[in-house]
Amino acid sequence: MPSAKNQKREAASLLIKGGHVIDPAAKINAPMDVLLRDGRVAEIALPNKIRGGADEKFDARGLIVAPGFIDLHVHLREPGQSYKETISTGTAAAAAGGFTSVCTMPNTAPVVDTAEWVAWLRHPERGAVVNVFPIAAATRGSSGAALTDFAALQRAGAVAVTDDGKPILDDEIMRAALQLGAELNLPVVQHAEDTRLTEGCSMHEGPTSFRLGLRGMSASAEANIVDRDVNLAQHVRESRLHIAHLSTSEALKAVRRGKRGKARITCEVTPHHFTLLDVDVGEYDTNFKMNPPLRSAADREAILVALADGTVDAIATDHAPHATHEKQVEFERASFGVTGLETALALAITKLHREHKIPLTRIVELFTAGPARVFDLRGRGSLARGSFADVTIFDPKKRWTFEAAKSRSLSRNTPFDGWQFTGRVVATIVGGRVVHRAD
Amino acid sequence: MMHGLPAYAMNKPARGSLLGIEHLEDKEILGLLKLARRMNPLKARPLLRNKRIVLLFYEASTRTRSSFEFAAKSLGAITTLVQSSGSSIEKGESLLDTGYTLRAVGADAIVIRHPAAGAPHLMAKHLDIPVINAGDGMHEHPSQALLDAFTILKHKKSFKGLQVAIIGDIFHSRVTRSNCHLLTRFGVKITLCGPPEFVPDVAATLAPHLRVTRHIEEALRGADVIMLLRLQKERLAGQKIRLQDYIARYQMTAARLKLARRDAIVMHPGPIIRGLELTAEVADGAQSMIIDEVHNGVPTRMAILARALGKAK
Repeated sequence: MPSAKNQKREAASLLIKGGHVIDPAAKINAPMDVLLRDGRVAEIALPNKIRGGADEKFDARGLIVAPGFIDLHVHLREPGQSYKETISTGTAAAAAGGFTSVCTMPNTAPVVDTAEWVAWLRHPERGAVVNVFPIAAATRGSSGAALTDFAALQRAGAVAVTDDGKPILDDEIMRAALQLGAELNLPVVQHAEDTRLTEGCSMHEGPTSFRLGLRGMSASAEANIVDRDVNLAQHVRESRLHIAHLSTSEALKAVRRGKRGKARITCEVTPHHFTLLDVDVGEYDTNFKMNPPLRSAADREAILVALADGTVDAIATDHAPHATHEKQVEFERASFGVTGLETALALAITKLHREHKIPLTRIVELFTAGPARVFDLRGRGSLARGSFADVTIFDPKKRWTFEAAKSRSLSRNTPFDGWQFTGRVVATIVGGRVVHRAD
Repeated sequence: MMHGLPAYAMNKPARGSLLGIEHLEDKEILGLLKLARRMNPLKARPLLRNKRIVLLFYEASTRTRSSFEFAAKSLGAITTLVQSSGSSIEKGESLLDTGYTLRAVGADAIVIRHPAAGAPHLMAKHLDIPVINAGDGMHEHPSQALLDAFTILKHKKSFKGLQVAIIGDIFHSRVTRSNCHLLTRFGVKITLCGPPEFVPDVAATLAPHLRVTRHIEEALRGADVIMLLRLQKERLAGQKIRLQDYIARYQMTAARLKLARRDAIVMHPGPIIRGLELTAEVADGAQSMIIDEVHNGVPTRMAILARALGKAK
């Protein structure tokens, strides 16, 4: 348990030697040594140029040394649903997946809509092994009616607001959220789904949903909301709109339109959406049921292009653990969501880098500098001197097989059980302390 | 490993399961049809003596339920009916727990009807006894497709070259999905007909040799078989289409029937609503096989059950 780990004697300094540093924020892509001291990056220099000793050394020969990965979208299920996941187990899974920071979604029980709950999430007693950045509810109880106290939530440590799991449908409420967010420089995260069009739907609308006899969510149910939000954001000066788990080609068009304008519009994409298709649902496999759903081949193609060309700002997992009894039910009744923290980097390397030839530097950017910018996480997402000593070390060539049974998450609802991957996290360092090391 | 599942939990459906038509092999379909032709409910051998068959019905049914029951009993099996009301299902028992319970009670096979697509597949994945799909949501209704095929072959020499028109609410119809999978395999050309709300363009992707038309005349011209579907009034609520418009454009009338081939047959999985999707004249006319279909349901389901429990010779 983390309490035991916390008691471990902390090395005041750690020298990561012999690795190849990829730090897109600092424009570094070269063999470098990195010295961490007192929770910060003390020095980054060409091999063997760092003078003086360190309490500990990490041999990173043959490995990539990157800024600590940041996941903008996880569900750690506390408070209230600790049978699915806890902050302790969820952050252990994050560490195993190379994430040094995770941003937690507020759709818990109760909803995180007060400063007290934000503080509760960040309390050391939760046993987090990586940094936890709460995202608070945008409306009270996430019921879409009245805005929460953004300023108080922000003071308590919230990095953004959202009603994730649900969209903010009402135009006026969304405009007000963007307005208040603009005043505080706080991003508003939208789960873009026109729920008036998706009632009773359990997968993407297309030939597969028709064949399986399942009601389908149309691509336009996502795009309509993104389109509206982009329009609203363009009319609210200084507003910051972030589109969560973007999944359709149509919605991407709206984001591109928004990015060409002055508004600060960002978006994230999940590993399951850049990897899988609606047909992969197979014979009603509920581990392939999530919201937004797996989409068509054309949607995935558009997402791959957008990941490569810079339109997408971050890869986020939408890690959504559920208990077995919530998934081993009729497809239409099963909970939406899949776990993702431990497979994200492996999917990015296996699919994006090796199959689709997206350079490793871009992939690292999508896990580091990109997400750090989206929520303004100062001192994160880079290894520039003075940054927080959050580091992810990985082997881009290591072949391995993911076994759900060995996951650190409390839940097992992954579509990737038994998948063979290339690319594995070797060590995860948070604040200068090694919190995960591959066996 | 799976979690918390009984030792007999497994991943492949037990042999003899019938979950849908889509993944059946041609020879399995032909074998079932052949077997059905040899089944006589009045003179059946007790192939399934002492076998326990559970009819697990989460949804209303007249024909399917009673014909599965007669089929099972004609073969000497013991049946029990479990319905959602009056059972533990009402108390919130999960589908799998109900399955484990029925297995433990001694069921040798489960016939299941469920409003959720894929429910029989879930059960089959976790039980080691055959599971027979008696209709799952909007997905499939394989025994209906088999009895429809049986009926067609009683009146037509073979499937090859036949033209079939299916008219009505295709989107919500599990019967249509199963029929399309079955008939197109054997060279039947199918035209799906109805307004876009009921017949989305994507319907044509279900199987090869399918086309969609909005005009009933086009669907009927040259048709050998006309399949009608019940129009569910409650589903018209909120739709753009009005009942009177639907009747005007798509109701099967004696006059429209003349557009089809002279020896065309009219089919309907039931229940029929006279005056809505068809006129009484058509329902009771010489070309109507609607009652014959129901009749054929028993031998067809006898064949399905005999195959399920490995007694098909």
